[in-house]
Amino acid sequence: MNDSSQRPTPEQLLAQIEQEERRERRGRLKVFLGYAPGVGKSFQMLDEGRRRRERGEDVVVCALQPEYPPEIEAVLQKLEIIPTLKTADGEAIDLVAVLRRRPQVALVDGLAYENPSDCLNAHRWQDVEQLLEAGISVIATVNLQYLEKHSDEVERITGKRVSCTIPRGFLDKSADEIVVVDAPATESLSRQVAPGDRAVLLAQEHKLSRLRELALLVAASVIDRQLESYLRSHGMDSSWGVQERILVCVTPRSNATKMLESGRRNADRFQGEFYVVYVQQPVLSQQDRKVLKENLDYARQLGAQVEVLTGLDATEAILKFARQKGITQIFVGHSMREGGWRRLWGNSMKRLISSAEGIDVVVYPH
Amino acid sequence: MSSSTPISGGSRVDSQPGRRGQLKVFLGYAAGVGKTYRMLEEAQYLMRQGNDIVVGYFEPHARKDTIAKTVGLEMVPVRMITYRVSTFREMDTDAILKRRPAICIVDELAHTNVPGSQRAKRWEDVQILLDAGIDVMTNMNIQHLESLNDQIFRITGVRVRETVPDWFVKSAAEIVMVDATTGALLNRLKRGDIYAPEKAQQAMENFFKESTLTALRELAMRQAAHELELRENASTLEEHRPQQEPSGIVPSSRRATADRILIYVSADASTAMLIRRGRRMADYLGADCFAVSVMPRDQGRLPKSDREAVEKHLNFARNLHIEVRILEGDDAAETIVDFARRNQVTQILLSRCDHSSWSELFGSDLILRVVQKAKDIRVIIVAERKGPS
Repeated sequence: MNDSSQRPTPEQLLAQIEQEERRERRGRLKVFLGYAPGVGKSFQMLDEGRRRRERGEDVVVCALQPEYPPEIEAVLQKLEIIPTLKTADGEAIDLVAVLRRRPQVALVDGLAYENPSDCLNAHRWQDVEQLLEAGISVIATVNLQYLEKHSDEVERITGKRVSCTIPRGFLDKSADEIVVVDAPATESLSRQVAPGDRAVLLAQEHKLSRLRELALLVAASVIDRQLESYLRSHGMDSSWGVQERILVCVTPRSNATKMLESGRRNADRFQGEFYVVYVQQPVLSQQDRKVLKENLDYARQLGAQVEVLTGLDATEAILKFARQKGITQIFVGHSMREGGWRRLWGNSMKRLISSAEGIDVVVYPH
Repeated sequence: MSSSTPISGGSRVDSQPGRRGQLKVFLGYAAGVGKTYRMLEEAQYLMRQGNDIVVGYFEPHARKDTIAKTVGLEMVPVRMITYRVSTFREMDTDAILKRRPAICIVDELAHTNVPGSQRAKRWEDVQILLDAGIDVMTNMNIQHLESLNDQIFRITGVRVRETVPDWFVKSAAEIVMVDATTGALLNRLKRGDIYAPEKAQQAMENFFKESTLTALRELAMRQAAHELELRENASTLEEHRPQQEPSGIVPSSRRATADRILIYVSADASTAMLIRRGRRMADYLGADCFAVSVMPRDQGRLPKSDREAVEKHLNFARNLHIEVRILEGDDAAETIVDFARRNQVTQILLSRCDHSSWSELFGSDLILRVVQKAKDIRVIIVAERKGPS
């Protein structure tokens, strides 16, 4: 597909170049995301630091967890450490020392810490921002529960609210790369709590499994945005890829509620996009207008991108829109009228099916 | 989750006949993400904990770091099998059975055995080990999952031949995602850590493109999340409903609300794609799934090649553990819809491209006629998705 709408405009290109230049001066941030303590984030992150150092990169550790198992201590033996500044109410990265030392790469185990009150920055992620601005790359670990963006979902699973968080948009804007650290819930449990009451353990395991699933989906959506911007910047067709894009066609006479709800669910499952269109018809009765408005209002309420299309040929208008947006599934309702109307519906259905190349057509019952 | 094993926590020293072994699969999105490395690291940990663990098969690929991780582990010698002019290394399943470890490490689950081996696929050998009560840790890439075959083709332009059926992967106690950034992976490739230089160059032109890798990575994460959800739902159900679930095509009243999917099996080549899609949908919805073909009363009217194609598709469905029904009727649309209604099917899947003599025989407007007849059932006309341009 070489549709002209896929090609970036001069303004977009300029913005892209500026962004790339800024990126080049800045250090790169790589984040290891885990769903709980004990899944192995620290080990993976520090082990990467060790490998990089062995390949000749200038790597320095500038924040650590208070305690480690022996296999991590062994890795730390092979790394240079700049100790944190310790005060009565906590510890913080020694920014002055790190900036003076100017390593290529700084390792930060635990991104979501709050700094003691006498520090310049209130949060550790702000210290990391400063290192990045100074051209130092950072590799950091973070737990899912500390991301503000997902704190509601996490609270729903755990029943607990965590106060210390990484602000919305930080991962999207500042992190160049994300790696998900996955391990079975039983392993993270066995490495952090002593075996006890089986029921308590099982409940804990369920919670951890839900968090684990969420972490994978969070990482997947970050990667999806990376893919999207890669495709856009290379002028490639964005319908290519893993995402589903769902288009629900409503009419005044369709029973749209089910279709809309199912469209929403489908779009959610694949973190996909969800469009609802109506093709304008010349004459509408009072009753038709009322039903249509209800349908479109409900679509908006479900978070759909609603558009009203024009065109004498409704099928053609729908197909054109679908191709433009890279739609993967079109939802239509069954004809609710008998007689001549049905034949007309049959004809447009036939054309829709035969022309919708590469797109699924889903016909909903009454 | 009933017994505690090294694969789901705890420790076990002997294999226990009569109990099926547990399977743990490390899932990656490309060669070189670190699946084998991670698996061996875990093997070392389990060995230190005092478990009886052996390596049943290991593919060194001349990767220095990975080879270092095998030091100290017991390796069961491989079998050398000569086929035509070459000799191949294959896992020696009999030798492992004789050795009877508690846990066995098996590299590259999707591998196809060389002709002359006892079994066609390595996953079939792994099944033998599990049946013997041996726990198995293994690894595979997302592109080897059977039901994703079309999606993988669309992303990579490559039709993957070495696949593992979904039901086998689903039987695993644990699926663990092994992640690495695409940037790190491409660097490893350039440094020659994954393949020899000439093969690396070739790989970079095909599979190892950034966009392809990114899409595969996303797919692997979503699949890992989905596998987790399946296991969570199954274990929650288990707690609330210990008795056996009745199977079979006649639904019991308790199951009346569940989704039931009908896949229409024809001679058309797109049917394989349709069956995979149906399988995936059924998994996502927790739905029952049937593959249904319609034969005319006078079967002589059907060309032999069509009959064979239908039989091949039905076998494919059986391999994916989908229930198969062969109906008789001269009007395919009517026969399908009738069957669907009687069996409380909620969704009918048809494929869009159906240009064979098959469709002419039954009337060219099969799709439209099904849609018009099945007013009360959702009909999905599934299209072949575009490949990479």
